[in-house]
Order: sequence, then C-alpha cells, then structure tokens
Amino acid sequence: MLKKITTAASVIALCALTACGSGSGTGSGSGNTGSAGDTITMGFAQVGAESGWRTANTKSIQDEAKAAGVDLKFSDAQQKQENQIKAIRSYIQQKVKVIAFSPVVETGWDTVLLEAKRANIPVILTDRAIDSDDTSLYKTFLGSDFVEEGRKAGDWMVQNATGPTNVVELQGTTGAAPAIDRKKGFEEKIAAKPDIKVVASQTGDFTRSGGKQVMEAFLKSQPKIDVVYAHNDDMGLGAIEAIKAAGKVPGKDIKIITVDAVKDGMAALANGEINFIVECNPLLGKQLMELAKKVVKGEEVPARVVTVEGTFTQEQAKAALPTRQY
Amino acid sequence: MKNRLLWPLLALVALLLLNLVVTPSFFSLRIQDGHLYGGLVDVLKNGAPTLLIALGMTLIIATRGIDLSVGAVAAIAGAVTCVHIGSSEDAGTAFAGMAIALVLCALLGLWNGFLVAGLGIQPIIATLVLMTAGRGIAMLVTEGQIITVNNNAYRQVGAGFVVLPISILISLAVLGLVAFTTRKTALGMLIEAVGVNPEASRLAGVRSRTIIWTVYVFAAVCAGIAGLMISSNVSAADANNAGLWIEMDAILAVVIGGTSLAGGRYSLTGTLLGALIIQTLTTTVYTIGVAPEVTLVFKAVVVIAVCLVQAPKARAVLSFRKVAVS
Repeated sequence: MLKKITTAASVIALCALTACGSGSGTGSGSGNTGSAGDTITMGFAQVGAESGWRTANTKSIQDEAKAAGVDLKFSDAQQKQENQIKAIRSYIQQKVKVIAFSPVVETGWDTVLLEAKRANIPVILTDRAIDSDDTSLYKTFLGSDFVEEGRKAGDWMVQNATGPTNVVELQGTTGAAPAIDRKKGFEEKIAAKPDIKVVASQTGDFTRSGGKQVMEAFLKSQPKIDVVYAHNDDMGLGAIEAIKAAGKVPGKDIKIITVDAVKDGMAALANGEINFIVECNPLLGKQLMELAKKVVKGEEVPARVVTVEGTFTQEQAKAALPTRQY
Repeated sequence: MKNRLLWPLLALVALLLLNLVVTPSFFSLRIQDGHLYGGLVDVLKNGAPTLLIALGMTLIIATRGIDLSVGAVAAIAGAVTCVHIGSSEDAGTAFAGMAIALVLCALLGLWNGFLVAGLGIQPIIATLVLMTAGRGIAMLVTEGQIITVNNNAYRQVGAGFVVLPISILISLAVLGLVAFTTRKTALGMLIEAVGVNPEASRLAGVRSRTIIWTVYVFAAVCAGIAGLMISSNVSAADANNAGLWIEMDAILAVVIGGTSLAGGRYSLTGTLLGALIIQTLTTTVYTIGVAPEVTLVFKAVVVIAVCLVQAPKARAVLSFRKVAVS
C-alpha cells in the first residue's frame, strides 16, 4: 500500500517536473502549425535571462512578434547549450516555419542545424554567431558586430591613455562569441600603443557577482590597476563595488570601460563611476521579424545584418538616460 | 576523527601556500575604512554562503538525504527581498523583506520535508522538483529582470564589515549554534541514528520523521540566509544566476569534509574545511591567473586529488607507509 502511494507520488512529482519544462518551452500556446495561412510560426530559443540586456532583447522580440502577427514559440535555455538544442529539436518536430536563436556558445551546432535544414526550416541567428564551416546551415545572422564593439572600446582606451596603462579585463562566459570577439577587437586596437598592457584577464561569467569576485582578487594580486575593461555592464557594476570596498574611487582612481549600455550601466556612467560604454543594441525584434518574413517567402537576404549601435561618454549618458528603454 | 580531517586541512594549507608562492601579497592584511582588507578576507566573505548552505546540507546528508533545491531557494530569498525593498532606503523595509523571505524559505523547507518524510519520495527526486521550479518562482518574482536596490541596511548582510565580513560572522554563528545543539544535546546522535537506519531508530522511539522535517526546514532557512548574502553582496537580485550550482559546491564541501553520502556520522569541522577549500580554490584561480579555458580542469584536478587521498584504500596505503617509516 505504502509502496503504491510512493509510486503515485513520484509520478506526480515527475509530471510536475515535465510540466515545468514544457511550460517554459512554449510561450504563446496554440500555434496553427503547418497551416498555409499568413501567420508565420517562429520558434525562438533564447540564451536565458542572464542580464538586463537579455531581458530587453527578449521583450523586444516578443513585442515585435505580436505587432507583426508572428506566432512566437519562446524558450529560455538558462545558459545551457543542451537546453537550446532540445528546444530547437522540439521546434523542428512542431514544424515551425522559421527558427531563430542566440547560440549560447559558438560551437557544437552542426548536427541540430543539419536536422533543421533537412526539415526545410530556415534558421536565423540573432545576436551571437556560430563557428561552423558550413554556412548553408543558417540563412542569415542578425546582430551586433562584437569585434567592432571591442575595437570601439580599444579606440577610446588608446585616445585617453596617458603614459603606461595597466588594464585588467573581465571576460564574458568562456567560449561565448561576445567574450571572444570583444577581447579580440580590444587587443587589436591597443596593440598600436605598447605601453597599454592587459595585465590580467579572467571570466566573470557576465554576472555582477562574478565581476565583483574577480575584481576583488585582481585588486589584491595586481600592484597597479589603471583601467577595467568589462565585457558587459553587469560585470562592470560588480567591479565598481569591489573597487569601492578597496577604498578607491571608481571612474577616477580606476577607470572603467564596459559594453552594452543597459539602464543600470548608463546610470553609473552618468554618475561618473563608469567612464565609457560601447552600446550593444538589444532591440532587434523589428529587424528580426522583417527578416523572418522575407526568409519564409524565400526571398534573398544578406548573410550578415548588423544592428545600429553607438557609444556613450559620461555627458552623453546624462542626456540619454531619461529616455532609455531598458 | 582527527585523522579524517588531516587531509582536507593539508589540502587547504597547500592551496594557501600555492597562493603565497605565486602572489606573496595574498596574505597581506591591512585596515581599510575600519575593517580588515586582504585576500584571506575575500575567501572568508565569498565562502560564507557556501559554508552556510553546506551546514544545512551536512545535517541532511547525515540523515541519508540530499537537498538539490538550495540554490533555487537562495535565488528566491534574494528575489523576494529585493522586490520588497524596491527603491526604499529604509532599514525597516529591508528587515521586513528579509523576514518575509526567510519565512517563505522555511515553508519551502517544509515542502521538501513533506515530500521526503511525509510521502517517502527519494530525497534526490523530491528536492529536484523545487530545484527546477524554484528558479522559475524566483524568475516570476523578479519578472525576469535583475532587480537593483540601494539600501544600506541590506548591503550590510553580504558586503558589510564589523572588522571581519558580517557574512562570515553570521555563518560562523550558525556553525556554533549547530555544533552546540547537535553535539551538546542528544539531537546529533538522533540525526545520525536516523541516517544509519531510519526504521530501527523509529522502533527505538526516535521520531525519525520529525527529525527529517526539521533538517530540511533548517537547510532551507540556511539557503535563504545565504541567498540574502549573495544578493546583498552586489545589491541586486539575479534570479537566473544567484546561487547557481551552489548545491553542488555545498555537497562537495560536505564530502571533502569527510561526511559520507550514505548517511550517519557527520563532521561539522570537516564541512567548514571543505567550504574553505572550495572558496580558496576559486580565489586561487583568479589570483594566480589560471586561464579561463582551463579553470574547470584545474578545479577538477584539485578536487580529485583531495577525494583520492581521503579514499579508504589510499589512506590505508599512506598509513602503512607511515608505520613502515617509524
């Protein structure tokens, strides 16, 4: 008897588990998959909600899908590649018209994308690229040019460096495209000035606690730090906390350059705690829906579409902050 | 008993020595704004949440259970508190928020206890439910955003100092409390009895179920306080990343400390050493500049080494040598 109850209870528990899984898997319920109407069904496999930037990105895609009449199936992979692959496979089974996703890491996508190709479902990459020899696996890549973002940060560094400068770098998630490219672009530019040196570089996983913990360790192990280059605002914000705890003034004693320009980052920039932010625009929903419609109709699209982006100094941040959406 | 703790202690000393060799300044301490500042202080501050969660985990593992949901519970605690605080800078609001969060955590612990002791579901499955669902709850509370707060009273929990970091003082106080209540009363023996043989101890008059409920509630409250520390340290609630994988760190800390996953005898001092080893390892990676690509391998090698020297067979070989030498 007791055994039966136990079994029943574990079944219920397991059902609850799977319900959670599929609950987060499908964002907008009943899709008229397969029907030949005007409605496009799009499966979107998001990385996660690791930062304010990502949340703004998600919101833009959801809002613009609604506005464009696209039936969006949305999934959140919680920063895990296997979850994203699972989501993409389920979209293939559901026969969506187009799949879009932001790959959590650069490699390991060939098999699942080949499955999509065989099922004749076009794939659009958003915001992050993949590293694959076979470019026929996806139709187009819509997103920021991370190398260019790194170059912009490097340019500012070169222009504002006076004398020998020691830079510490807070990298994004190891293996992620923005981490690799932002590092590359920055190094490319500072190579022109040999007295700017990256003295330490570690991953802070794009999170505030990561940025804070790494910066705390750097402050103890590095005798002289002039500049922090963080691959996103959140790690920069964590570094600010660590610098304050060390009794130094962020933005003055130690200058900070970050990438993204989310609201919290912009506020810190306007306060003078960050010195320069390179924008990485998350509001690509509109461009994505336009591309999706073209791809589904079979029209030609460019293999690379870059989002429009700028940079912010402290004065520009003060002006832009009140109207910032995210 | 003494012998069991020797190897974890040696591992900790070895890690600290490695730091001393590579970065001589690692051990330097100074007073900064009225509190201690240095690499060792960072280890204590950042290790406090892991230690606290590992304490709760030790008692659960002693009853032959396991709790995978602690990371999710930590995320919920931070999320609830930060949402409650909002933009308030009032200390009362912060304390009210923390109280609400901890009561909620106790309820989540009751739920785990109900599944394990009430329904008799295997602990690893029972707590897996909350591990998955809990992070979803935290995301619902924060609506997927990173909630930033600016509340000085709340900041003290994770980033404040009374000479030493307040977070480690809290963790050590809980350690003292647990040591006193389980070692100076019969409670510790009863917990071990339940772990060795729940049925026999019930027949002997031990209230096994009540004890199991109690340890799950205690572990959830510990996880809640740890969640407050993690979130308070960066003055933000990040539902996605706060306490991510900390359950694994906590279980590892317990195991390194010499407590068997099969239940029964446990060692609180061992858990303290285990938690310190794990945090020292992380800080070491940042301080000596292990490249991010090989960080995980480096950590794995150290953990394997520590576990190997503790294995009964390895110990037998080592003690045989000692006898032979003498």
